[in-house]
Amino acid sequence: MDELKPDCAESLKELYAFLDGELTGDRRTHIKAHLDECLPCYEAFDFEAELRIVVSTRCREEVPEALRARVADALKKLGEPGPS
Amino acid sequence: MADPAHFTDLAMEHMPSLYSAALRMTRNPADAEDLVQETYLRAFRGFGGFEEGTNLKAWLYRILTNTFINRYRAKKRRPEETDFDDVEDFYLYKRMGGLEEARQSRSAEDELMDLFPEAEVKGAVESLPENFRLPVLLADVEGFSYKEIAEILDIPIGTVMSRLHRGRKALQKALYEFAAERGLAPEEPATSG
Repeated sequence: MDELKPDCAESLKELYAFLDGELTGDRRTHIKAHLDECLPCYEAFDFEAELRIVVSTRCREEVPEALRARVADALKKLGEPGPS
Repeated sequence: MADPAHFTDLAMEHMPSLYSAALRMTRNPADAEDLVQETYLRAFRGFGGFEEGTNLKAWLYRILTNTFINRYRAKKRRPEETDFDDVEDFYLYKRMGGLEEARQSRSAEDELMDLFPEAEVKGAVESLPENFRLPVLLADVEGFSYKEIAEILDIPIGTVMSRLHRGRKALQKALYEFAAERGLAPEEPATSG
């Protein structure tokens, strides 16, 4: 990532927008084409994409059964027709 | 106008994701459980205002973050927050890129999983100042779009993008520091020219 060609600099600038799925069709196609022919950029994109998978996988939690039951119970009570 | 009778059926399936986010926000299980419960009760009461067919998960997240901000944030005063302008882009890749491919027999993703165990990743996310932690959670863990994050946090899209940019740099720096503490990260990269 030291000597950047203009195309590389441009792609890296939009790396996150690309991975976030926020680019329009044209920009997306342009960057995809660049990644197909530029290994260093491809590796940088791949690293960021994989890191994101690691972060989201690691942050997934099991819901404690007691919480699930507590909320279901509270909602049931709220839903019961009471004196209003 | 949504029918409250449907609420439980529709909303309960989002609990794992809401609880995961609540834990990263409050940083402790007791508060996270209370936050989730309160979110569901508020959502139930407000469900009449939810437009059926629109994004229920985003709507629940909006209630979750509002409840968190109103109830839990007031607990502690935060010192002036940094903007991470001094942290360079692609902080982690510049230091650890290629390392994950060291052993050809395994996938790069498995290598990164080994480098960053659960406790370290959670710790790194939770170390982020709240302004940055919430957008990063919403984008990188939950996969919300910029527009959805803007609506959930009630901030402009430009602010979402700028906080994501800074938050991700800060997250990478924190991950690097955890790896370095365990002796798994190479020294600072040699600066060439």
